[in-house]
Amino acid sequence: MNEPSVLGQLARSFAMISLIAIGGINAVLPALRHVVVDSMRWMDDATFMQLFAVTQITPGPNVVIVSLVGWQVAGFGGLLVATLAMLLPACLLAFLIGRIANRLEGSKGLRLAQTALVPVAIGLILAGGLDLSQAAYRGWLTPLIVAANVAGILFTKLNPVWGLLASALVALAAHYSGLFVLA
Amino acid sequence: MINAPVRAISLFELFKGFATIGLLGFGGVAVMARHVIVEKYHWLTDKEYATILGMGQVLPGANVVNASVIIGDRFQGPKGSIVCVLGIMVLPILILLVFALLYDKFGQLPAVSVALTGAGAAAAGMVLATGLKMAIKVKLGVAGWLIIGLAVSGILILRLPLVYVVLALIPTAIVITAWLGKK
Repeated sequence: MNEPSVLGQLARSFAMISLIAIGGINAVLPALRHVVVDSMRWMDDATFMQLFAVTQITPGPNVVIVSLVGWQVAGFGGLLVATLAMLLPACLLAFLIGRIANRLEGSKGLRLAQTALVPVAIGLILAGGLDLSQAAYRGWLTPLIVAANVAGILFTKLNPVWGLLASALVALAAHYSGLFVLA
Repeated sequence: MINAPVRAISLFELFKGFATIGLLGFGGVAVMARHVIVEKYHWLTDKEYATILGMGQVLPGANVVNASVIIGDRFQGPKGSIVCVLGIMVLPILILLVFALLYDKFGQLPAVSVALTGAGAAAAGMVLATGLKMAIKVKLGVAGWLIIGLAVSGILILRLPLVYVVLALIPTAIVITAWLGKK
């Protein structure tokens, strides 16, 4: 495959995903995984999940998963194209809506839209989390790690990054004690 | 009014503030964004920030990036938007590049692969927990749960492409919410 067409595919697929990302990048992870793993076959599920883990250790907005995918697929140019494709359409829309939101503030229509769209965002994020939990499946240990992290975040005030580090250590311990073999 | 700036905030100040948010925002930038914007620099009151973040949440794209577009525009116009987005993205992407190079070099090592598999499952748990936390916080009514149910079953059970799910869900959600009234 020649480079320009890869960049074009990155730009097209990610710009499209950008505009449906109600609820942020977490809401469109199934679509992103679908494009990257199933349609374009740029990588397998295991690699996608490892890259996602890397971006969770990185500070800053979650949207950098797109940058890292771009990097893996087409180097620095891929990183730039993927990041811009994901950011530009949504940012332009936010800019325009931000400007007219003043005039709409307090209006019934705006309040209705917000009340209706928040559950859409929540539903998409929940589906995203479940989809990724499936993609992360590598044997009996991974669902336990998913559940433990959900519980840790809901019931403690610890920064979720500690859960990431603890989970990496647990996986290492289970693997090297012979309890757990990657499926 | 959310559009009457109290005092002039320079482009440099905006860049510094949003760079801090990007650099220190581990495990999600929303918490750090509120801390910097509301508590540290007093650029916005708690209520103003909640309104802007609320808009960011229902617009497509990364929530905090959307909020930074709107906040930047408010204080410095379009230039401010660009500076804020650059501020929040540039340092995390540089750090990500370092991680990406490390991953390319060491990602194939069995120990690294096992550790990242554990961290990947944890990251899936983080996404799931984000959705659950939002669902608990918003106090959803019948309409809200119905919309969430439609989103999750459309994506995970029917396996419909996310674009169609979102395009169908937005009008459906508005109709359901208007019809069933209340939240």
